[in-house]
Amino acid sequence: MASGTSDIAIIGGGVVGLSTALGLLRSGRQVTVFDGADMDLRASQGNFGLVWLQGKGADFAPYAEWTRDAVAAWPDFAGGLKDLTGTDVALDQSGGFEFFTDSEEFSDFAAALGRQQAVLGNRFSHEIVSGDDLRRSHPGIGPDVVGASFCPLDGHVNPLRLLQVLRCAVLGAGGRLVTDAHVVDVQASGGGFDLTLRDATRVTAERIVLCAGLGTSALAGKLGFRTRVRPQRGELLITEKLAERLPFLSSTIRQVDEGGVQIGGTKADAGPDDSETLEVMAGLARHAVQVFPALADVRVVRAWGALRVMSPDGYPVYARSRLHPDAHLVTCHSGVTLAPLHATALADWINGSVDAPNLEAFDENRFALSDAA
Amino acid sequence: MKIASRFLTPPEPAATIQLTLDGEPVTARAGDTVAAALLAHSGDASRLTARGAPRTAFCMMGVCFDCLVEVDGRPNCQGCMVQVRDGMVLRRQRGPRKLMGGAQDA
Repeated sequence: MASGTSDIAIIGGGVVGLSTALGLLRSGRQVTVFDGADMDLRASQGNFGLVWLQGKGADFAPYAEWTRDAVAAWPDFAGGLKDLTGTDVALDQSGGFEFFTDSEEFSDFAAALGRQQAVLGNRFSHEIVSGDDLRRSHPGIGPDVVGASFCPLDGHVNPLRLLQVLRCAVLGAGGRLVTDAHVVDVQASGGGFDLTLRDATRVTAERIVLCAGLGTSALAGKLGFRTRVRPQRGELLITEKLAERLPFLSSTIRQVDEGGVQIGGTKADAGPDDSETLEVMAGLARHAVQVFPALADVRVVRAWGALRVMSPDGYPVYARSRLHPDAHLVTCHSGVTLAPLHATALADWINGSVDAPNLEAFDENRFALSDAA
Repeated sequence: MKIASRFLTPPEPAATIQLTLDGEPVTARAGDTVAAALLAHSGDASRLTARGAPRTAFCMMGVCFDCLVEVDGRPNCQGCMVQVRDGMVLRRQRGPRKLMGGAQDA
């Protein structure tokens, strides 16, 4: 069965695919987004919602620059989404902490931020704060915290609302969104592409952008890409809602705009298994109480595991297929942070505009050596 | 202002116990849950949600969390899962709990 043709088909309807679609729609393209099945592994439905700069690209300058640009573009992006959809994604960029209970980890991270500072110069700023100074400025911080870093540019959004708003924005901009559309095969054919969905529906498109998150690996080879991604599990807790605002945001403890406190940040290689484990959940609770002892009395109401999308080196991949130049691949771990650029500059790059950013550093040719090994 | 309860007490009440709701004395039947006692006392809302909407017990079986109430200083207790005890101090919650527990007075 055939089901129409599109100018550009985006495979993947998560935060990355929808942001990319929005940019292409705004550039005048006709776009259809194919969103996967309910049971697919969806990083966009389990993540933490950080808009985060500190620590990003300390050892890879292009990523530090790209992330800095994205963080700076967030206020306009959030405002534009609100104008388009009437919904506020609860962007708050009032700065974020990274708390440490281990002195060695603290000094290692401080050194990494020093390297990031050297790369970004006056486009970045951060503070390294001792535990005692921290407890003077933030009296509720626990005695086990040896120190913290603070970056005034860090922030967060409500991640589920962002996903919902992006879907509305894509539809509002004239995009087509096909749900329960797991793409099982894609083949280049006669200057375009044939897509086959799981229910055997066939679709054609002139151009393709593969934004399929953890579904990327299964399709990348068919389009001549060498990029493969792997899942990295994070587990998260969320507490009952609190009347007060927590006096800080950190990369592991954030208060949702609705009042609940989300606790997370664990990393595990567990394959495609997104279940949660008692041991890790207990560790998260312990960490939160160490950082902010007043949380000890607050109940956890939900917990879940979710899988990050990791490229071999953890950095984003923006690649044009050598075999099929009308096929692009976009994947990254930080789809929330980078969304404003995916919805603007990335469209220029996909369109081949003269003012497109130079994304050569993010090409997949950097994986060539590891493939040969 | 109280409205008349829609829940009828049985003709031969069992032993009664005394508790307080927002400082006012309330008589309850021994063995009842807090949620049942609050419904029998009045049909009033027993809490306000984070957005200020009135709520009281609904499912009576631990699922819906609409019966949340402060019990002896502990916020967000499911009233339908706790039995009344003599001298129990109940407070209606107005909005979400506070970080340090305690009353929810605006």
